[in-house]
Amino acid sequence: MRYLPLTSDDRTAMLATIGAASIDDLFADVPAEARLEGPIAGLPDHASELAVERHMGALARRSRAAGEGPFFLGAGAYRHHVPASVDHLIQRGEFLTAYTPYQPEIAQGTLQMLFEFQSQVARLLGTDVANASMYDGSTACWEAIVMARRITKRAKALLSTGLHPHYRSVARTMAKYTGDVLVDGDPRLEAGTDWAALADSIDKDTSCVVVQYPDILGRIDDMTKLAEACQAAGALLIAVVTEPVALGLIKSPGEMGADIVVGEGQSLGVGLQFGGPYVGLFACKTKYVRQMPGRLCGETVDANGKRGFVLTLSTREQHIRREKATSNICTNSGLCALAFSIHMTLLGEAGLRQLAAINHGRAKAAAAELAKVPGVSVLNNSFFNEFTLLLPTAARPVIHKLAEKDILGGVSLGRLYPDNAGLENGLVVAVTETVTEADISAFAAALKEVLA
Amino acid sequence: MTALNRAGWRPEMNAAGGADDSTTFTGNRALMLEEALIFEIGGSETTGVDFDEAAPAADLGALARTAPIGLPGLSESETVRHYTRLSRQNYAIDLGLFPLGSCTMKHNPRLNEKVARMPGFADVHPLQPQETVQGAYAVIHELAEWLITLTGMHSVAMSPKAGAHGELCGILCIKAALEARGEDRRVILVPESAHGTNPATAAFAGFTVEDIPATEAGRVNLEALKARLGPDVAGVMITNPNTCGLFEREMKAISDAVHAAGGYVYCDGANFNAIVGRVRPGDLGVDAMHINLHKTFSTPHGGGGPGSGPVVLSAALAPFAPLPFVTKHGDDFRLIEEENAGEDHPQTFGRMTAFHGQMGMFTRALTYILSHGADGLKQVAEDAVLNANYVLRSLEGVLDAPFAASGPCMHEALFSDKGLAEGFSTLDIAKGLIDEGYHPMTVYFPLVVHGAMLVEPTETESKAALDQFIGALRSIAMRAKNGDPALKTAPHFAPRARLDETLAARKPVLAWEG
Repeated sequence: MRYLPLTSDDRTAMLATIGAASIDDLFADVPAEARLEGPIAGLPDHASELAVERHMGALARRSRAAGEGPFFLGAGAYRHHVPASVDHLIQRGEFLTAYTPYQPEIAQGTLQMLFEFQSQVARLLGTDVANASMYDGSTACWEAIVMARRITKRAKALLSTGLHPHYRSVARTMAKYTGDVLVDGDPRLEAGTDWAALADSIDKDTSCVVVQYPDILGRIDDMTKLAEACQAAGALLIAVVTEPVALGLIKSPGEMGADIVVGEGQSLGVGLQFGGPYVGLFACKTKYVRQMPGRLCGETVDANGKRGFVLTLSTREQHIRREKATSNICTNSGLCALAFSIHMTLLGEAGLRQLAAINHGRAKAAAAELAKVPGVSVLNNSFFNEFTLLLPTAARPVIHKLAEKDILGGVSLGRLYPDNAGLENGLVVAVTETVTEADISAFAAALKEVLA
Repeated sequence: MTALNRAGWRPEMNAAGGADDSTTFTGNRALMLEEALIFEIGGSETTGVDFDEAAPAADLGALARTAPIGLPGLSESETVRHYTRLSRQNYAIDLGLFPLGSCTMKHNPRLNEKVARMPGFADVHPLQPQETVQGAYAVIHELAEWLITLTGMHSVAMSPKAGAHGELCGILCIKAALEARGEDRRVILVPESAHGTNPATAAFAGFTVEDIPATEAGRVNLEALKARLGPDVAGVMITNPNTCGLFEREMKAISDAVHAAGGYVYCDGANFNAIVGRVRPGDLGVDAMHINLHKTFSTPHGGGGPGSGPVVLSAALAPFAPLPFVTKHGDDFRLIEEENAGEDHPQTFGRMTAFHGQMGMFTRALTYILSHGADGLKQVAEDAVLNANYVLRSLEGVLDAPFAASGPCMHEALFSDKGLAEGFSTLDIAKGLIDEGYHPMTVYFPLVVHGAMLVEPTETESKAALDQFIGALRSIAMRAKNGDPALKTAPHFAPRARLDETLAARKPVLAWEG
């Protein structure tokens, strides 16, 4: 038992100090009927590092890793190249095995990193302030809706049909129990967004309008007018960004007037990881900061006048305010925030802009190539690195046939909207810098074969 | 090159006002290295990433981002140095004993990190076709089986993202179960000693929260609880072992009473590490309990997450568990989502996060569990409890231990500030420990004890490490009792002295404004 340093002599000596005859004496408070004798039956005993690695390695090989061949999935999780130094740095024990920085004198490393992360996120999203992270984009989205309710004292949220259906599901789950009213629906297979119609739907009960940018079908649009409509009606505009790399190329939601911007930060530094852990981004205008959920890191000075950083405004949080807190969140995604921040620092503004431009260029090339496949067309009139293909047949079976040819060819709308037959021919395709020209050609050729 | 750092790196930044160490030009003190913000040392044209191709032209019209974003870049060498320097300003379990009560800072095995990075786990997309991610589903399923068996519960919801998210999962299951029964119960009872997340979670889900009083022995007052139960009470949230480090001896009676009154029992499983392999919560009448994989099963805390909070459920609550989840059919695994939940799982309360949960934590936790096995996990609990009692009995003569007389503690030892010299507090003891090379224990929690100090050594500390810690804490306790003024200004040897938290809150600076 390689992780347990006590020897049996130690245990004997310690029991003597305690004044207990045996370890069982220390569990005397456990009622007899709940006390187990011996290890729990039916479970294996401890194993060597080699044996465990072998077992887990065998499981890992049962999945087809994205990097093993052509890969075009997005829909809320994007595969980007992560520089080697990111993973090296986040594995430094002082970051990896630290706790939440509650003792700031010996946690300045984490705190300064969080301050830098918050600053990077705020600038990227175009807002004044950002918090120290949430679990992921979907939970951040719900927290934003709740925050808008607190600020506006209204409880009706209008969700764009372009919002990721999982994000919508999370909101629906919570709204069932909180009394919030959600106005939502499935997307339509149209080239543009539903934002103009949304602007017309705002009324005096509307707390917020939630739009995704780029949206679930990959569409991008200008939200300036929508922001103005929200402001005129006393509602807040919440923008959701699931692909932050896009903001190296297109205007940020904050620039266009969004009040709260949330997002999924996974695409920088974190990797796919089969859906988690990811890192929720949460940013807003300064005037709303005291209604924000989650941890915030702020600058201050120490007793000698040196600059330092602390967790602050914690009277919003559960450990102080308990049932009156702005959220129940405690643990967030600190290490993923670090990965995001390091990757962003390595890129810098110039690198981010170039990365974004390469993504967009590669996606445009892929869209052009795939649109040449007989019967296939591109839905979008605008996109960043992800677009929706319309196939002449249901996309889901096509996905499986492509997988047989070792091509992971996107996410079918049938998977995302199983109850909506009208969407079943849609296929959402993401194209990042990790996709090669050969991958695109192979995808197009295979798609042609499958559809033939 | 455009520099964002208009002022550049300012060596005098450290010297200014820093009378204690203004003797070096840089503000550094040998291995204690100061580090500026990336915004002060980076530039908007600098990058640490090379691309194989030039940026192609884009035609995005009015949507094109033209204004400067204000993001600094560093070369790779500067990046590595920046974050390495920052890391050295952190305390961590890799550096020493980290006795943070209720947080379970135990050793994080590196095998777990290696396994989590295998491409079949780290480089798979959550929406890949199911036939291409069978190995990932297998991990989720295998870990789920372990959690169910170790807790003696009916089933487990794997998707919650952290402990508090797990609490929310359990509370929503209770809401859904009540709804299915056609009952509108609005009250959740929570002991005063509970983690703040408990009442916050109940409120987040729309419940009203009421306190349950405690006994003199630091446990739930069963009679008071029984008196409050009624048709408006949806359930209770009990932490067991509780935040005083004590086992709730009457847990089964509590569960029976709550069930008899038509309510459900939520158990905060943050302290499951004290009983894993020795006690199954399912035998105590629990309906739902989250398990912090980052505590009991040693996935790293990472400076504040990510966590992972699977929730084990009783047969009564299992039908309401969230989507998605994994089922096994022969050698194959299937993901149950919205579209196929219909017949088998029609009462689900829905989805509480995008995708399937914290896969990266599942691989680490399963690796940890397989390494220990059933015998090792039992030893984990026993050593954790032994270490805590060793600390309790070694220090009870020096520090007030309010519940020591009531018997052994579980995995953590609780002390109060009673008996310290006038003007000396728990905070001073905590800051004194920093100078001794330790992270302080949890302070001022639980709220039910004045000036609480909650010490959780965990099972991964040797006797020698405990003896040194006990010596250090005894020494500081004596200084606090004797009124040593130097303790009031501790820490003296940390990268920073006490920080002005009032200033930070009064004039918030939450982003770089240069």
